[in-house]
Amino acid sequence: MDTKIPSIPKRIGAIKFGLISPREFRKMSVTAVITADTYDDDGYPIDMGLMDLRLGVIDPGLKCKTCSGRAGECPGHFGHIELVAPVIHVGFNKMIRKTLRAICPKCSRLTLDPAKKAGYLEQLAKLKEMGHLPDSLINDVFKEAAKAKTCPYCNDADGKPRKKTVIKFEKPVEYIEDGEKLTPTEIRDRFENIPDEDVRVFGMDPENARPEWMILTVLPVPPVTVRPSITLESGQRSEDDLTHKLVDIIRINQRFQENREAGAPQLIIEDLWELLQYHVTTFFDNEVSGVPPARHRSGRPLKTLSQRLKGKEGRFRGSLSGKRVNFSARTVVSPDPNLSINEVGVPLQIAKQMTIPVRIIERNVDLMRMYVNRGRANHPGANYVIREDGRRIKVTDLNHEELAEKIEPGWTVERQLIDGDIVLFNRQPSLHKMSIMAHQIKVLPNKTFRLNPCVCPPYNADFDGDEMNMHVLQTEESRAEAKILMQVQENILSPRFGGPIIGGIHDHISGMFLLTRNENFISKNGALELLRKADIRELPEPAGHTDDGEPYWNGKQIFSQIVPRGLELEFPAKVCFQCETCKKGDCENDAYVVIKDGELIKGTIDENAIGAFKGLVLDKVVKEYGTTIGAKFIDDVTRLAIRGVMRTGLSFGIADEDVPNEAKIEIFDTLVKAEEEVHDLIKAYEAKELEALPGRTLAETIEMLIMQKLGKARDNAGQIAGNHLGLENSAVIMAKSGARGSMLNLTQMAACVGQQAVRGERIRRGYSQRTLPHFKKGDLAADAHGFVKASYKSGLNPTEYFFHAIGGREGLVDTAVRTSQSGYLQRRLVNALQDLEVQYDGSVRETRGVVVQFKYGEDGIDSTKSDYSKPEAVHRIVRAVTGKEVE
Amino acid sequence: MRKFSLLDHNSVPKHEIMQEDEVRSVLGNYQIEKEQLPKLKESDPVTKELGAEVGDVVKITRISQTAGESLYYRLVIE
Repeated sequence: MDTKIPSIPKRIGAIKFGLISPREFRKMSVTAVITADTYDDDGYPIDMGLMDLRLGVIDPGLKCKTCSGRAGECPGHFGHIELVAPVIHVGFNKMIRKTLRAICPKCSRLTLDPAKKAGYLEQLAKLKEMGHLPDSLINDVFKEAAKAKTCPYCNDADGKPRKKTVIKFEKPVEYIEDGEKLTPTEIRDRFENIPDEDVRVFGMDPENARPEWMILTVLPVPPVTVRPSITLESGQRSEDDLTHKLVDIIRINQRFQENREAGAPQLIIEDLWELLQYHVTTFFDNEVSGVPPARHRSGRPLKTLSQRLKGKEGRFRGSLSGKRVNFSARTVVSPDPNLSINEVGVPLQIAKQMTIPVRIIERNVDLMRMYVNRGRANHPGANYVIREDGRRIKVTDLNHEELAEKIEPGWTVERQLIDGDIVLFNRQPSLHKMSIMAHQIKVLPNKTFRLNPCVCPPYNADFDGDEMNMHVLQTEESRAEAKILMQVQENILSPRFGGPIIGGIHDHISGMFLLTRNENFISKNGALELLRKADIRELPEPAGHTDDGEPYWNGKQIFSQIVPRGLELEFPAKVCFQCETCKKGDCENDAYVVIKDGELIKGTIDENAIGAFKGLVLDKVVKEYGTTIGAKFIDDVTRLAIRGVMRTGLSFGIADEDVPNEAKIEIFDTLVKAEEEVHDLIKAYEAKELEALPGRTLAETIEMLIMQKLGKARDNAGQIAGNHLGLENSAVIMAKSGARGSMLNLTQMAACVGQQAVRGERIRRGYSQRTLPHFKKGDLAADAHGFVKASYKSGLNPTEYFFHAIGGREGLVDTAVRTSQSGYLQRRLVNALQDLEVQYDGSVRETRGVVVQFKYGEDGIDSTKSDYSKPEAVHRIVRAVTGKEVE
Repeated sequence: MRKFSLLDHNSVPKHEIMQEDEVRSVLGNYQIEKEQLPKLKESDPVTKELGAEVGDVVKITRISQTAGESLYYRLVIE
């Protein structure tokens, strides 16, 4: 028989599942294993022992006696142990139990009458033809056969139909029939007698799976390669858990045989049989309930076959589906606005650990020699050198000088990371392509990865303890590819909506807003201070002079310094009041941005100009001037904005939620009035004077009307509070400029929290006909159904507080449920679409070349490159070229 | 009584069976075999309505949000 495993890959035609027969075990076995010993005194594997050379080799220098392969080449070969007495395979307990109950104890035939058997067979064939699973049908077979009280095929001594016995199963592997234990031999005998045609009714194929094969008579011995022994530092050999278990099995097997041959009493034989059963059971699974786990000498439970496969760290989830990589690092992230968006700050400790292989050529030999000479402790140094023959030599404190002398072209040096190296940076969950981007390294002190806060939105990162991963690219090609395709600046525009996903956030927006609104008088010192980090060496003409003759500039001029020359843009700012007719450039709120030739003429820069997701200036700069200038623009804007926000300062405290007394009264009046109106509505409803809205019942109508009234009241209260807070309030500045928060948040803090809702309705649950015992039954009033009149500042009363907790809990549950559901949906969608590819002809095809879309997105347009294809775009180009408006 | 035609419905885009030479030019255009076209089942109501047979290619003219009008081709299969 040819046991040599061919190295040519083969196509899998079909997979056959079945039970393996003792015959097959013996056939595939290269040797019987009869001694429990592993190695002799010289450390050479014993013949027919557990480490027999025919089972494969793991020691270097030895040759496999089966396939004459060396360690690494030889895949290993199975051996076998002839068990003295049959034992039950734990994995088949359920099936053995079902089968035992379904057959006659005497004649072993399935206790169903022939017609039924034929019927089941027919159904099975039909299911197979349809490609359905037969599981439930087979369960029916067993259930019905177990129900039979007598065997339809044989009679007992009295000539009556034979009664079936009741078989009890006891954990872990005992079968009790009428108070007597069934030995595995007996069970096996019964199974052997089941005719083939009955086996087919079980849904088994007797060719590939005879029921008696569930009882083991031969135990396969896994190849040595499956259970390699390791040599400890002391030179002692330490065997694998499986080998330990096999030693146990062989020992007991031998003792069993000796005792039986010596004619030992039945009791001893039974004990030994049980022990053999125990060892074989734990060899398969060491966590069977009812079986004490087999332990190592140290007391640690052994990791046997089933433990190798099961669970999170098992072969399937841990080794096969789980991917682990080298050259990666993970730590907490923290912000550093002074880094470019393309950079990532890497802790020195990490930079010293991680390496990039550099092939030595004549041109870099001196540089590489310098790295090696610095050793591994002295960043930037080298950690390993690889000789021309592929040997890796560790650079140590002792040999670095010597190695530096030795290196020459042809060697490879694994040098430590230095500033400017390209790495991949990633935050889980990696939901879109911007979750992994290429950054340039900046080696920094301390222990966190530092990143520019502008790249938080694509990673969806914050700094409350988030950790991120870094992967160091090992080849020149990969670095080039990453730089061209994956670098942060190439991902400023998101293909999701064609706009910038990287841009100013929080302080950047409020800073720009504070800087560019109205007239800021900025002295020469102030102007230079603002522009310090932006590579600007000259200031423009001052906007004017103070009475002292000192020149001053305004914020719009300062901003203009970092805008690329030639940029033409007009759009309404976030602060836009959305007046009926827009006065555009003449907007009295300075809410219409006009940029001419890179100069901010009018308007305030806020979220609509530089914000992530919305920034129109960003969008235009990237599309018109390219990604490099786009990245520089973002860097400049954010640095300027931070200087800008520091110039004025922006803080928020509890006092900023204060509203003057008259405002409080006004808010109170509004709310009271709303409550009265609600009261009137309820009266009308109770007097049946209310008219139902189309398609609604009367009860629904009144609910709707009340909700509307109270919603409006809350908004009015918020308006009053907003007016009294004024535009100088820092929370208002943040809300209006789009930096953080909304006017609704402010309303809730300063004026009125408003209606609490569950599933979009007022709160109705609680006691019968009322929400809380504080209210009358059937009370429909605002406060009885979760309207919170108070503001967070003034404080909620107990009933309000309770309603607020109800509404708040719904929000929490909602987010928890939604994220898991949408995550799963997203996964399925991505799995279905991941192999689709846009071809050079613009069509979208899958791997077989089958067309999915004849033109990507039906128009073949890359959203990050398109300028919304509005006529405006053409007009602008005409204007830029000819200097004239298009009629 | 006039039978209601599926193709008259507002939400059903225009379907038509393509001529052999037209099919050849489309396949040539994308450098694909017939089997690499998207499929349309013979049992599909539209196929029946058109009277298309297995092996026919159906041209679908759709109103597109992004491109105004877009063309799609489907091979009728069993």
